[in-house]
Amino acid sequence: MERTHVLVCAGTGCTSSKSLELVKRFEEAIRMKDLQSEIKVVKTGCFGLCQKGPIVAIHPDKVFYSHVTLGDVDEIVNEHLYKGRPVKRLEITDIDEETKEAIFEFEKIKFYAKQKRIALRNCGLINPEDVTEYIALDGYQALAKVLMTMTPQNVIDEMKKSGLRGRGGGGFPTGNKWQFAANQVNDEKYVICNADEGDPGAFMDRSILEGDPHSVIEAMTIAGYAIGAHHGYVYIRAEYPIAVERLKIAIQQSEEYGMLGDNIFNTGFKFNIEIRLGAGAFVCGEETALIASIEGRRGMPSVKPPFPAVKGVWGKPTIINNVETFANIPAIINTGADWFASIGTEKSKGTKVFALGGKIVNTGLVEVPMGTTLREVIYEIGGGCPNHKNFKAVQTGGPSGGCLTEEHLDTPIDFDNLIALGSMMGSGGMIILDEDNCMVDVARFYMDFIVDESCGKCTPCRIGTKRMLEMLIDITEGRGTLQTLTDLETLALHVKDSSLCGLGQTASNPVLSTLKHFKHEYLAHVIDKKCPAKVCKALLDYSIDKDLCKKCGLCAKGCPTTAISGVLGKEAYVVDAAKCIRCGACVQNCPFGAIERA
Amino acid sequence: MKSLDELNKIREAALLKVNLRQNNAQYRILVGMATCGIAAGARPVMKTFLDAIDKDQLPVTLQQTGCIGMCIHEPIVEIIDQAGTKTTYLEVTAAKASEIIESHLKQGKILEAYTHVTK
Ligand SMILES: Cc1cc2nc3c(=O)[nH]c(=O)nc-3n(C[C@H](O)[C@H](O)[C@H](O)COP(=O)(O)O)c2cc1C
Ligand code: FES
Repeated sequence: MERTHVLVCAGTGCTSSKSLELVKRFEEAIRMKDLQSEIKVVKTGCFGLCQKGPIVAIHPDKVFYSHVTLGDVDEIVNEHLYKGRPVKRLEITDIDEETKEAIFEFEKIKFYAKQKRIALRNCGLINPEDVTEYIALDGYQALAKVLMTMTPQNVIDEMKKSGLRGRGGGGFPTGNKWQFAANQVNDEKYVICNADEGDPGAFMDRSILEGDPHSVIEAMTIAGYAIGAHHGYVYIRAEYPIAVERLKIAIQQSEEYGMLGDNIFNTGFKFNIEIRLGAGAFVCGEETALIASIEGRRGMPSVKPPFPAVKGVWGKPTIINNVETFANIPAIINTGADWFASIGTEKSKGTKVFALGGKIVNTGLVEVPMGTTLREVIYEIGGGCPNHKNFKAVQTGGPSGGCLTEEHLDTPIDFDNLIALGSMMGSGGMIILDEDNCMVDVARFYMDFIVDESCGKCTPCRIGTKRMLEMLIDITEGRGTLQTLTDLETLALHVKDSSLCGLGQTASNPVLSTLKHFKHEYLAHVIDKKCPAKVCKALLDYSIDKDLCKKCGLCAKGCPTTAISGVLGKEAYVVDAAKCIRCGACVQNCPFGAIERA
Repeated sequence: MKSLDELNKIREAALLKVNLRQNNAQYRILVGMATCGIAAGARPVMKTFLDAIDKDQLPVTLQQTGCIGMCIHEPIVEIIDQAGTKTTYLEVTAAKASEIIESHLKQGKILEAYTHVTK
């Protein structure tokens, strides 16, 4: 009988900081103390606090350790597990604002206090490779309930009542989508789980599949029953090896237990799931391109209608839902549509998972009720920008979304509010930008991504995005004029209106939203030929302050292009702008802060 | 898997495995296991609790704690119920532990006699 569980995060973040070696070291150290019959080491999914990884949680003590290294393991085992004294120096803490005392209880830590975990309910709590742990926490109860007590229409009605909307970006009501597919008379239908997750910086779906793969499998089977499908595909990028592996194990275990396969729960219902690996193309997340890819064709979108619900994979009625959408479904069936509908805002129910990245203290995964404000997510949960830098903007919706500024921070997050502000929810990537980010450069970054990822089928997207990128590069390199800005905006609107699929239709959003909220930065680039954030190299000027210069010559010594001249000890040094490549080495080398960058 | 019953059986059995990660134990038992506690014989006491939890599937969790500053009265066992009320047993032995299990954990009756200082 075990008294204590040592939960080691085996999510992607922590695995890359060697958490799997920690598992081994813990097991060894526990055996050395002869405690192996009392203490079990468990690998779990992501805790969300990836920034502080590797994370180790000790239950029932509810002690969370961060940045655990191999060298810390013996101390944790000897002190905490053997003698019952938690190792304070490794514990995750917060400071209580009022009493100024350290808070150790993890529920009270700001990072978790405002979160509500539905889709991530089991991540960091169970071993994703052990189906019985999922079953212990009500796993497969929803499937049993659906198959034994509900008609397919009951299930669809329940989904409609819950108000669940797709988490893949579009926010389409899930119940309605299922209804369309269910209404099609066809004895062959399909369920697809979209795990392509191409938005740079996003890792919500990946973490769900790594931490709780059974929740997705269970939900796909429920969807199959609701629309009358017997076959499912999970379309996942091959760059997610841990997620793929855990998904495979989960499918196999679910089949062994008779919860997937021919005669599920002895009800005669049959459902199978197959994994299809994608090569990691952004466009393959678009549903028609995804279907083409599953069929073995080149991943390019096609015109809708017909919608997949009518004519999808192999020409048959198909529903496509996102990983996170699916992960919510067993909880909705178990706890009830009314419960789910009671969370969130009027038109956006439930919670949303966000992957916080960029200039933020707590990089990681968070799940909050819809209607939480951006400020709460960025400051209270995310801890704000590091190094006391000023917040500038937050990019939601990745390359298809837009940026929101300080003035939008008190907006409650939901699908409609974000669209009204010219951005979008997207799949949940949230990149925080601070005063050191140049917004023109950010727009250029996303356009660069889009140009790479455009499949080339339609002209506006293939050529339009390339031309926009060229204009953005011109602006960042000092060749832009006011005319460039006008042309950029016109073209952006054309591409938005005339592209074939969502990729091109939304590709202009980062440009349009930065033009709207940060016009002054664009103007500084084209009129003053200056980059206010000092990011765009071509627009930077380096000069040396004569009074501060101590004539030591260190700058000249470190200059790779011999652009700095002067006489050691006698004459102040100067930079030759023509030779200078703006690498910034001199700034680093000057001990007196005499070099100015403007 | 043939029925809901079967699923529930697996669930019951597995719940015992993961319960201690959740906040729903009826009692939390804390055994003082610093050097003083171990020297006074806290390990066999803890073993007794562990075996009983296993055998009788008691809805409790067992935690070790450090020294609470009453070393002379170790082994010390604290039992905390869901309301947060704490009962402290002093100078516990394996035999006393068995009695505490029968009375306190199974019937909810506190064993006053063992909560006092005798030395
Ligand atoms: C360019 C592009 C990329 C997309 N990438 C994804 C993706 O990575 N994951 C996803 O779930 N949906 C993605 N979508 C949305 C899907 O087309 C589809 O709407 C979604 O998977 C439907 O599931 P939902 O209703 O559960 O959100 C993308 C759409 C476009 C236009
Ligand atoms: S990967 Fe370990 S906390 Fe996210």
